[in-house]
Amino acid sequence: MSSPLIELIGATKRFPSGTGSVHTAVRDLNLTVQPGEFVAVVGPTGCGKSTTLSLVSGLQPASAGEVYVNGERVTSIPDGVGYMFQNDAVMPWRSVLDNVASGPRFRGVPKVEARETAADWVERVGLGGFERYYPHQLSGGMRKRVALAQTLVNKPRILLMDEPFSALDVQTRSLMQDELLRLWSGSEAAVIFVTHDLEEAIALADKVVVLTTSPATVKDVFEVGLPRPRKVEELRITEDFLRIYREVWESLRVEVEKARMKGAANVA
Amino acid sequence: MSLDTTAPILVQPETEEMILARQRKAVHRRRRNTWLLRLAIVVAWLGSWELTATYFIDPFFYSKPSLIWARLAHWFTVGTDFGSIWYQMWTTVSEAVLGFLIGAAAGVVLGVILGRSQYLADVLAPFIKAANAVPRIVLASLFVIWFGLGLGSKVATVIVLVFFAVFFNAFTGAREVDRNLIDNARILGARRLQVLKSIVLPSATSWILSSLHTAFGFALIGAVVGEYAGSKAGVGFLISNAQGTFDSAGIYAAMIIITVVALVAEWGIGHLENRLLRWRPSMSHTSDQAVI
Repeated sequence: MSSPLIELIGATKRFPSGTGSVHTAVRDLNLTVQPGEFVAVVGPTGCGKSTTLSLVSGLQPASAGEVYVNGERVTSIPDGVGYMFQNDAVMPWRSVLDNVASGPRFRGVPKVEARETAADWVERVGLGGFERYYPHQLSGGMRKRVALAQTLVNKPRILLMDEPFSALDVQTRSLMQDELLRLWSGSEAAVIFVTHDLEEAIALADKVVVLTTSPATVKDVFEVGLPRPRKVEELRITEDFLRIYREVWESLRVEVEKARMKGAANVA
Repeated sequence: MSLDTTAPILVQPETEEMILARQRKAVHRRRRNTWLLRLAIVVAWLGSWELTATYFIDPFFYSKPSLIWARLAHWFTVGTDFGSIWYQMWTTVSEAVLGFLIGAAAGVVLGVILGRSQYLADVLAPFIKAANAVPRIVLASLFVIWFGLGLGSKVATVIVLVFFAVFFNAFTGAREVDRNLIDNARILGARRLQVLKSIVLPSATSWILSSLHTAFGFALIGAVVGEYAGSKAGVGFLISNAQGTFDSAGIYAAMIIITVVALVAEWGIGHLENRLLRWRPSMSHTSDQAVI
């Protein structure tokens, strides 16, 4: 097997919690991602899943341990990384087309060329005809499509996704999951997809990583052997899917319960 | 309440045109009534003033609408004692606009810089608070000594008034930028300056623009007070002269002229705001008009 595209070795992230103590979000986390691999990361709410992504993206430096992307130590934002945030991060003052063209424009591509590429991607995510619209005129699902196009237009080799569809209603969410799989299948990008929705994780990924409750570290890694191409809605009710679901849930359940106990202790 | 069933009324289904026509009519009637009521308020106000000043109080001190109107007519047809009224207005407006442009630009630049640099903001905070607490309008007198009776002293007064109005909004606007948007732009490949230009400035624009309404009001006040403190021309100079000659009608007339100028500027800024903020969902129009 070739050398991994992303490698976290004993990665740890600690920061001051604001009450005088130091909070450990991620502890001693080991994870490797191969080129073209779709990895889903699940864990209890607030366990440090997002922090893991920000370590890989270089937005936050690790406090200890090493993070490698492309065989190089991450010190700033590495080349070829795309990041889809949980909240809307499209620029409300730019039209759909200009939002999607932002990446190439920031990277110095001339305006006309950037817009041509962007128009192509707007079409590909199914927003043809909405080029001149402003984000506030679009629905939540359409804004996610803009964000997706905005990220993919840069042709990332690594796609980091932080619960990107969690704010959408159920139907729109499965539609977007299918769209993501369709767009990803042609891209050969590696994906780290953070979610707290186990169904989503299994339906999308090749590999599901279960994190422990805070501070997060890898508890188990499950291979999802389901064939591609997948149709998320249909996949969900197959025997194979349910078998994997039960298996992963056994592992995740313990952590979720621990997180709940801790939450209850904090409230009390 | 019981339902009286005297005559069975045939309810016809409304057509689309009928619904639209009904709505149009309601809107039209509402608009007409609004204007009629406004007119009634003005008539009642000016009428009572005119009557009181004619029969009960001394119009020499309090003046009255007909005298003010006559003064305005005289200024615009014959001219003031110090030259054409247009020249006086031009003097004041050019001082206000020049000072406004410089003050607003300085306010935006410094506001954005401090808004993005927590450290600088912390260092300079006490100085800015102190400078803002100084009764800056008094500086007008000092500026007359420094820069003479001409344009310079008025522009300086306008700048110190406009600067702070814009500065605080630009500062808040630049500080409140969504962290997510900045991270997203950085991941997409934006460098520091690009983040400033394509994320911070547009986010702060709505804050900055809303401050410009108040700031232009301040600009006119600054120009008028500057002229009042010492000058050879301008609407403020007319006021100062009218005060010296116990000409209360002249003071009112000058006030009206400034009010009209401010309203025109307000309209212009509102227009600019709508153009620059096309991307925003239809906003409720709550532009805070400056009080002259």
